[in-house]
Amino acid sequence: MTLQQIYFGYFATMMTIISLLVVSRKNPVHSVLWMLVLFVHMAGLYLFLNAEFLAAVQIIVYAGAIMVLFLFVIMLLNLRKEEKEFRLQKQWPVSAVTAVLFLVVLVSILGKITVLPELGEYSIDMINAQGSLMTIGNVLYTKYLLPFEIASVLLLVAIVGAVVLAKKRIE
Amino acid sequence: MVPLNWYIILSAVMFSIGMFGFLSRRNLVIMFICLELMLNAVNVSLVAFSHYLQSINGQILVFFVITVAAAEAAIGLAIIIAYYKNNPTIKVDEINILKG
Amino acid sequence: MSAAEMIGIFIETLIVVSILMLHVSYVVYFERKVIGHMQCRMGPMRVGWHGLLQPIADAIKLFFKEDIIPSQADKPIFYVAPLIGVLAALGSVAVIPMWEGFSIANLNIGILYILALSSVGSYAVILGGWASNSKYSFLGGLRSAAQVISYEIAMGLSLVGVMLMSGSANLSDIVHAQAGHWFIFTQPVAFFVFVIAIFAETNRVPFDMPEAETELVAGYATEYSGIRFGLFFMAEYAGMFVMSAFAVTCFLGGWSGPAFLPGFVWFILKVYAFIFLYFWIRATLPRYRYDQLMGLGWKLFIPLALANVVFTALMKIL
Repeated sequence: MTLQQIYFGYFATMMTIISLLVVSRKNPVHSVLWMLVLFVHMAGLYLFLNAEFLAAVQIIVYAGAIMVLFLFVIMLLNLRKEEKEFRLQKQWPVSAVTAVLFLVVLVSILGKITVLPELGEYSIDMINAQGSLMTIGNVLYTKYLLPFEIASVLLLVAIVGAVVLAKKRIE
Repeated sequence: MVPLNWYIILSAVMFSIGMFGFLSRRNLVIMFICLELMLNAVNVSLVAFSHYLQSINGQILVFFVITVAAAEAAIGLAIIIAYYKNNPTIKVDEINILKG
Repeated sequence: MSAAEMIGIFIETLIVVSILMLHVSYVVYFERKVIGHMQCRMGPMRVGWHGLLQPIADAIKLFFKEDIIPSQADKPIFYVAPLIGVLAALGSVAVIPMWEGFSIANLNIGILYILALSSVGSYAVILGGWASNSKYSFLGGLRSAAQVISYEIAMGLSLVGVMLMSGSANLSDIVHAQAGHWFIFTQPVAFFVFVIAIFAETNRVPFDMPEAETELVAGYATEYSGIRFGLFFMAEYAGMFVMSAFAVTCFLGGWSGPAFLPGFVWFILKVYAFIFLYFWIRATLPRYRYDQLMGLGWKLFIPLALANVVFTALMKIL
């Protein structure tokens, strides 16, 4: 057991347990909170994998914006009555079996993956020398410029769509 | 050294948990949270691939996944609120008046 | 990293955090004195010489008060909420460079790190308000959620101008890039937007909507008492301290200044000048109305910050 394996082991067990908690809580606010804890753990794992920019974005965008949006919506809806009822739909045994089978298939295939001998140019030393932010910025604004612009249009569409859907209807 | 497979299996476990939640919970908001969980599970595997294959493409893809997740959350929650105004329930098995 | 280095960092952190806590408690004293004198009063005078021991008396009082928990409250979240606030505020100090070559962690993504922690800090208010299970607290929490999301965008966008000017998100590099010309002179619009955004981020007057004493009876903190209220209080003032230090680092040249004083002294002086601005505004301005606050954020500050980004980028190319 090296230090790295212990580190990974901690994150893997915690992330699995927290994922189960997210899925199983009755109160949506508790689900959101466990999701927040999960995001912090994921950011830690990203740091471990030398993706510091993504770790920061994970917290800023997911924890700071998306989950606050979820909390806001949960607080707008009055869910007191629904918290007392059974939390699963009636077909839940079928979905449980489906999910377990899916996991078995995935693990049996993915467990056999080996890393290809030819590696890319972005080694850890190279990213560290340049900085994670600089490396991602360079690639994003040259090679992936068009997808980046399309993503911005997608966000614009989402903003307009959300405003149109949520505003009061004008008779 | 941690093998790549461990990350992939972690990602698969998280994805399956999210999938179970999405298929079985009654609360529409929690279904959305499970969807985010599934997207995040995929992100873990993408970042791990990016690290082990020494290629930056995985991280770029995660960046786009986060963008799409933000757009999806905004639109999805707006739809929930719009529906709730007309019909105050968010239990999916009771949302069945959309029959053509 | 060797064990000795880890212990060294641990001791460094301990020293910085304890000094910060001392400053935080005396910032409260400073605020009461400043506002007192602005209103032709003396401020606290009873405990010690000119009330110098007042913060310690307050801390002891808060420690020994009964910790009341509403019976219908969501207990775990009620317990955790103030701790989130304190941890987020204290965690941000790690990347602030205090003098030439010293910060606990010299991160390349320093700006993003502080933005991330400030967004986590907003959870303390939202969750504290929700978990108290009281109308006023709940309204305070909801207001804070909307306010913090809106103003975080303006704050992030105003910092893009700084990052463009210095070509880095590392706070030490940003201070070095300001040698000769502070960014307050080259980026005045960004500074204006940033200062107003951090007033909203730290929930201070004129944007203290989440706790508005007169309409929401202290908002999210209504149901809190004793040490937990003390933690919220500490989180607010530590947040003010961190945000002032952040503003000083990004716009006012950090530790730099004429050589007759050491860098650390310049840094502290600038931070206290900024904190004085907070108190000055609190003593001067009335509170905003909530819809005006949101309108101001979305219709004025975000477009202004965006225009600043475009203008700075153009100037950088030309």
